[in-house]
Order: sequence, then structure tokens, then C-alpha cells
Amino acid sequence: MSAWSSQFPILVVLLPLLAAPVCALFRGTVLPWLLTTIISALSFYLSIELMAQVLDGGTISYHLGGWAPPWGIEYVVDLLSAFMLILISGISTGVLLFARESIARETRPEQLGLFFAAYLLALTGMLGICITGDAFNVFVFLAVMSLSSYALIAMGARNDRRALTAAFQYLIIGTIGATFYLIGVGLIYLMTGTLNIADIATRFTDIEGTRPILAAVGFIVMGICIKLALFPFHVWLPNGYTYAPSIVTAFFAGTATKVSVYLLIRFIYTVFGPDFAFGGLALTDFLMPLAVAGFLSMSVVAIFQTNVKRILAYSSVAQLGYLTLGIALASEAGLTATIVHIFNHAIVKTGLFLSVGCMFFVVGSAWLKDLEGIGRLMPITTFGFVLGGLGLIGVPLTPGFISKWYLVSAAFERGDFIGYSLVALLMVSSLLAVIYIWRIVEVAYFRDPPDHAVRKEAPLSLLIPTWIFILGSFYFGVETSFSVGIAKAAAAFLTGGA
Amino acid sequence: MFTPETHLLLSLIIPLVGMVGIALASKAPNIREGVTLVTAVLLCLNVFSILPHVLDGLTPAVTLLEVMPGITLALKVEPLGMTFAMVASSLWIINSVYSIGYMRGNNEPRQTGFYVCFAIAISATMGIAFSGNLLTLFIFYEILTLSTYPLVTHKMNAAALKGGRIYLGILIGTSIGLLLPAIIWTYMLTGTLDFVKGGILSGYASAGVATVLLFLFMYGIGKAALMPIHRWLPAAMVAPTPVSALLHAVAVVKAGVFAVLKVVIYIFGIDFLAETGASGWLTWVAAYTLIAASVVALTKDNLKSRLAYSTISQLAYVVLGASMATSMAVAGGALQIVMHAFGKITLFFCAGAIYTAVHKTEISDMQGLGRKMPITFIAFLIGSLSIIGLPPLGGSWSKFYLMVGAADADEVILMVVLLVSSLLNIAYLLPIVVRGFFFAPPGTREALIAPGHETSGFSWKNVQEAPLFCVLPPVITAGACVVLFFLADPIFRLIEPILTP
Repeated sequence: MSAWSSQFPILVVLLPLLAAPVCALFRGTVLPWLLTTIISALSFYLSIELMAQVLDGGTISYHLGGWAPPWGIEYVVDLLSAFMLILISGISTGVLLFARESIARETRPEQLGLFFAAYLLALTGMLGICITGDAFNVFVFLAVMSLSSYALIAMGARNDRRALTAAFQYLIIGTIGATFYLIGVGLIYLMTGTLNIADIATRFTDIEGTRPILAAVGFIVMGICIKLALFPFHVWLPNGYTYAPSIVTAFFAGTATKVSVYLLIRFIYTVFGPDFAFGGLALTDFLMPLAVAGFLSMSVVAIFQTNVKRILAYSSVAQLGYLTLGIALASEAGLTATIVHIFNHAIVKTGLFLSVGCMFFVVGSAWLKDLEGIGRLMPITTFGFVLGGLGLIGVPLTPGFISKWYLVSAAFERGDFIGYSLVALLMVSSLLAVIYIWRIVEVAYFRDPPDHAVRKEAPLSLLIPTWIFILGSFYFGVETSFSVGIAKAAAAFLTGGA
Repeated sequence: MFTPETHLLLSLIIPLVGMVGIALASKAPNIREGVTLVTAVLLCLNVFSILPHVLDGLTPAVTLLEVMPGITLALKVEPLGMTFAMVASSLWIINSVYSIGYMRGNNEPRQTGFYVCFAIAISATMGIAFSGNLLTLFIFYEILTLSTYPLVTHKMNAAALKGGRIYLGILIGTSIGLLLPAIIWTYMLTGTLDFVKGGILSGYASAGVATVLLFLFMYGIGKAALMPIHRWLPAAMVAPTPVSALLHAVAVVKAGVFAVLKVVIYIFGIDFLAETGASGWLTWVAAYTLIAASVVALTKDNLKSRLAYSTISQLAYVVLGASMATSMAVAGGALQIVMHAFGKITLFFCAGAIYTAVHKTEISDMQGLGRKMPITFIAFLIGSLSIIGLPPLGGSWSKFYLMVGAADADEVILMVVLLVSSLLNIAYLLPIVVRGFFFAPPGTREALIAPGHETSGFSWKNVQEAPLFCVLPPVITAGACVVLFFLADPIFRLIEPILTP
């Protein structure tokens, strides 16, 4: 390995971090956007290189500043983290292609430099969480990501001042979650004297029954679940997604909560160990009811929303229920389903939010009442939305179908009454998805557009990235060797007692 | 010319290429319809060119791609699918001619979208017919549902919206809610989804599991319209009549019962079903659907609704044949797919011709109409007789084999059910023709004529038929009903290999 490529693990995080202050200094509408896009694309490239390295030579351990762990901070790139890096930086880059015209219309021009600085910081935080092998460092990146995302959501205030309260609500709840996590990490440090995840893991079995550790696990799991917007800790999410600028919503919907899911997997499988987490602690009993209640109730709630962004946001909370269910099933099949769905849902949801972004760009609203007849006014965008919606429902040839296949298989694999009931409930939930998607379709095609409305598509700079995601979702619905292949390998790696 | 594998792929590709052509020619209706017709003819020739290979006992197969590790998207030709594909592709030609007459005659809007969706639907139908495993079947099944949704809601009014909701709700609901879990469960049990002669479940599933699975499959395949999930079919009648004719009398519903047969023959296996008795309940549900739908049909005054309920009843014959798990009954079910297709499409063609000519949809308004539209009503009579099952019309053979199958299985009650059903068919179909010819038009009275002084009231001057493109198709398909009576033996020989182990 050359000296240059051995630095990739740090570069992937460092580039956006260093670019952020530079970006804040830029003025105008083009420069900040251009820099951000280039940096994001570079991170994407580095992530792919890292994945290639992992596939080639196994897990990478990078020692920050040359300090050997457990004293120094260690970055660990294994299959799962490389997978997440690709996903996050890829989604980010795709969304940025869309961003220039869209964000210029949704924020004040003089704030664009700051906006993209915050965007880069959020990207840094997410990438950092996935790459670091240090429990406290996770908290740092969590804070970087959260603080910048509060700012990003608040940027939506130009269109709707409710963005401010949404950001504030997220700030309060997010801080509680982060604090819980920090308390948990503190307790673990107290008991083990180390913050290095691998190091904690090796000492964990000796002390796993002790009371401070039980408290620590409780705090960490709770903290992550709040950040993850697991039902019933989800209240911040629909507001945030509804009032944030379109591209922020598209970016976060695909990545932000997925990062928390990654953390949950990381802690359960790498730190606590599945035997303790599901055997001694019976986390399944905690996670599964919430997951099931989440995907059922949130799908129902989504049906009754009157804002398209809000429908999709509640759908996201429901999808997080699926992701958590996969973890709660405590099997390799379940974990595979979760990892596959992280990827699939990210692509589909980003595509959907981008097509809503196109509509928002033209109509200036995402309320259903303002989108009547949009299928005739913006046929290309709306058709893209319908295709994305099919992916969400899980029609075959879309990624949603692949996810559902693995999740249902994992539920069947349990082979007991609970397993069969889960299958039934999953099916009920997918049918609810049909209803909330079709409500939008009916408004778009069967209502007459307003009298004065003219047929006008979004500009190509918005349409092309949107369709990249829509067509990409169909590509990954058929060619699953990347998503399923990596997910299977990662799940086997994690459950194999690594 | 090409290898059979190429022909197999072409069956899916030709309609899609045609679709592109139709979309490109949207500004020039004559070229657009020309493209439709040429595509239909090419597809039909292409499908029939596979036939000799199948008769030689070959099973051309193509694996398109691997969707998930171990699960492929694969096409394979076997006799049953060959039969279905021939029926659908040949009727598409006639139906395209009819569509042109109907859509232009009624000045329907959005005709390009109509023909585009139609082409996609046909491609999906070919995919179903030639599917090599359950997943492939499922994928094309869903594409067929989605591509026909815009056709059902073509009018885009409140009624279309409501009909579309029921259509999509039931078809997607059952397929995702029941069929998909059944497929995944089958895969979990057996580790394969391939269609294998003799079934794949034998040895992997207990009698209890088989019963539950069969339930999931039969109600998951909503297109077979087993009661109580039949409501989508009457709801789909809001579509323009060519859609009702080809899709909701042939392609979509036949895709449903075809899938039922495929699952019974290639997933469960007739012998496995007979051993476990897992299909006992299905026989009775099918028998109930058969009678109940006929009774409902009696009460419907709207012609298309009546035909829809008649279709539900006729589909139940196929399910009944599959459920009896004897080879004769299954053969009857397979023949019914062919025979009913030609009979029912004739009736729908006539219904559409009547609508185009005089804009009448209610049967009570059609009294005396036979004198104005004699060709249409004679075609309707022939189609009716075929569906009732009278020789010398094709429909008699499927009923015959089903009777033999019921006798084989010693099911006396089922024989009575079949008998009663035939009587009900007569009761709801023939009065339409009788009233058309022998009753005075509503609001008028026939003058009393002394015996011995009757004159023919018929004169060509009074004839007011629909445009040629609307009248010719039912005449052709009615003729085909007669021809099929003499072709039953070749068809039976084609599907025979799948019945003998």
C-alpha cells in the first residue's frame, strides 16, 4: 500500500472538515456549492477506494497521529463502515448535484456560504461516526453532525418560519439523546478505563453483568434510539424533514438516521456482543415491540398527512422500524436485512425527496392541496415520484422488494408464532404504504390542476439528479450483488464474533 | 431463423419495442395504430414459431439475471405457458383492430397512453406465460397490475378513480400481502422457486403447512378472482371496452388462473395435493364462487357487469379443475383458459360494439336491438353458446373434461354443481339475445299479426351496425369458437405431457 493511499481513512473525514471554514468565507451562489460538491465527490471516491482496500486486504486500522491504540484514536474501516461511507458520501454527492438551483431559491443568498459550510460539517460528522473506532470520538462526530443539522434545518425559515421551531425541537431532543450516549460512554470508561471500541469489546465479557455496565448499555441504547428516531422518540423527525430546505431533507432522509442505525449495530455486535445483548439483556424484548409499533402506527399516521414531505417523513420513521426490527431479530438474516435496507431505503427515499424538491421548486409548496393535477403540469417529475413510490411500496424490480424479501425471510426463519405474526404485520405495513403513496398519486393525476397553472417542468439541473436516483434505485433493485453481497458479508463478519 | 431461446426473449421485447414506436408516433394516429398492428402480428408470429419446438418436447429456457443470490429471473417455455401465450398474442391482433374502431368511434382522449400501456401489459403477459420460476411469475404479475391501472382509470373521472382504487387495492393487496409471503415461505422450505414437474414442496411441507400455503397462494393470486376477492373485476369494467375485452376477459384474469395452474402443477404437484388433501377446501370455495357469481350475474342489468360476473364464475371452473387434483380435471381447467378466452372476448367485443353504435350499456335498453345489429347479436349468440358449453363450440370441451374429472374423483355433488352452473349460464346469457331479436324496442309495441300472415321485419335498411373495425373482431372470434371445437385434440396433446408424470 502506498503512503498516499494509506492515509485515505483520515482524508475522507478531513477533507470536508477542512473545506467547511473555507466554504464559509465564500460569497455568491456558485463557489460554495462548487467546492462542496467537489469535496463530497472526493470523499465518495476515497470511500470507494477504501472499500476496495477492505475487500482486498481485510479491516483497515488507522492510527491517528501515529499513536497506537488504545492510547491514540483509532479509525477502523471494516466492511460495514466502508459500506456506510460509500452510501453517505454517494448520497451527499448526488444531492449536491441537485442543490445549486434548489437551495438558491430556498435560502437567503448571503447565507449560502454558511449553509454549505454547515452541510460539509454534517457530512464530516456522519462519515466520522462510521469510520472511527473510538467511543468518545463517536460522540464528538455526533455533536458535529447534530449541531450542523440544527442549523441546516433552521435554514428553511425563509419559506416557512416553522423551520425554526422544528430545529429547536430537534436541538432539545437531539441533545438529550447525545447526552444519554455520553453518560453511557462515561460509565463504560469508568469500568474499563478505555474508550477504544475494540479494546472495550475485549474487556466487556468480564464485566458485562455489573450494574454500571447495565446502566451504560441502557443509556447508550436509549441515546442512540432517540437519535435514530425510533418510535416513540421520533417526534422531532417529521417536523424537521417537513420544514427544512428540500436538499437538506433529501440528504438527511438517506443518511442521518441511518448513521444511528449503524451505531446501534456497531454497539450491539462489536461492543456488547450479540450473546450478551440478546441473551443476557434481551434487547429484543425492548426493540421489537417499539419497531413493530413504529412501522405500523407511523404508516397509519402517514396516510392522514396533508403535506407530501410529511407523508414521506412519517414513512421514514416507519422504515426505521423495519431497520430496527432486523436488528431485533438477532440473527444473521435479520442483520443482513437491516444492512440491505439501509442502502435500499436511502436510495429510494432520496429519490423521492428530490422529486418533491422539484415540485417545491416550481410550485413553492409541498402541501397536497397545492399539488393537485401536478401529474399533468410536471409529468416527468411526477412519473419519477411514482416510480420512487413503487420502490417504497416494495414492488418487485425495486430495491424495496429486495429489502422486504430479506426481512420477511428473516422473520420466517424464526419459525415460531412471533415470526409468523411479524410476517403478517410486515405485510399489513406494506399495504399501508400503498395507501399513502397512492393518495399522492391520485391527487397528482386525478384532480384538475388550478385554472391559471401552466405546464412547466423543473430545470434539468434538478431533473437529472432526481432521475439518477430513481433509475439508480431500479438498477439496485435488479443488480443486487453490491448491496446484498456486502450486506451478507458484513453481517457474517459481525455475527462471526469479530 | 432464430434459436427458440431468441424467440423466447423476443416475445417480451417485441411489445416493448412496439411501445416505443407507439410513443414516438403519438402525433400521427394512423402510423401509431399501424405500429400497434404490426407489433401485434410480429408478436403472434414469433410466439407461434416457438410452438414446433415445444411439440418436439423441448423446453427452451433463458436466464436473464440473478436478482438475489440463488434466485434468478428466468424464462422457460412449457406447454401450459405456450398455450396461454398463443391465446393472448393471437387475440391481441384482433383486439388491436377492435381498439382502433372503438377508441376512434368514441373519440376517447389520451389514446397514445392507452396503446403504450396496452403494449406493456402484453409484454408482462408474455412474461407470465413464459416465467421459469415463481419469482419471475410474481414480477410480471405485478407489472401487469400496474400497467393496467392507467387503462382501468382511463376516463379519469370519479367512477374511474373509485374503480381504480378497488382494482389496485385488491390486486396489489393480495399479491403483496399473501402471494409474496407464500413465495418467500416456499423458498425457505425448499430452497428453490423453480417450476418443476411433479412439484417442489413434496417432502418439505406437512399436510398442514401445505394447506396454509395453498390458501396463501390461492388468495394471493387475486387475479383468479376467487370469492370473496373478486370485486376488482366488476370494478375494472369502468375501463374502455377493449381493455375489458382483452385484459379482463383474457390476459389479466387468465394470468390469474394460469398462475393457479402453474402453482398447483409445478409447485405443489397434483400427486402431492391428492395425497395431502390440502386442496379439499379449495374445491368448495371454487364451487361456491362458480354458482354465486352466476347468480349475481343474473341480477345485473349492466351488460359489462353481467359479463364480469360471468367471468368470475368461469374462472372458478379453472380453479375447480386445479383443486380436484386429477389429471382430467386439470386438463379441463387448462382447456377452459383457451375456450373461455375466445368466447368471452366475443361477448365483450359485442358489448363494446353496441356501446359504440347506440351508446347503450343496460340490458333492458337493448330489447329489439338485434334487429338493428344482427351481426353483433349473432356473434354474441355464438360466444354465449360456447361459454355455456354446447357443441359444436369450443367451450363444450372444457366442460366435458371437467365433468370427467369430477366423475374420476367420485364427486357427485360437483357434477351437480357443474350442471346447475351450465343452466345458470343459459339463464343469464341467452335472454340478452332473445330480447334483442324477439322483443320490441322499449317504448314501442308490435302490431298484432294474425297467424299465417307474418312477414320478416328484417331489412338491411334498418341495420345500424358499429364501424367495421368494431364488428369484424367479434365475427372472427365467434368463428374461432367454432374452429376450436375441432382443435381441442391438438391442444389437449400439447398440454398432455404436463399431466402424465
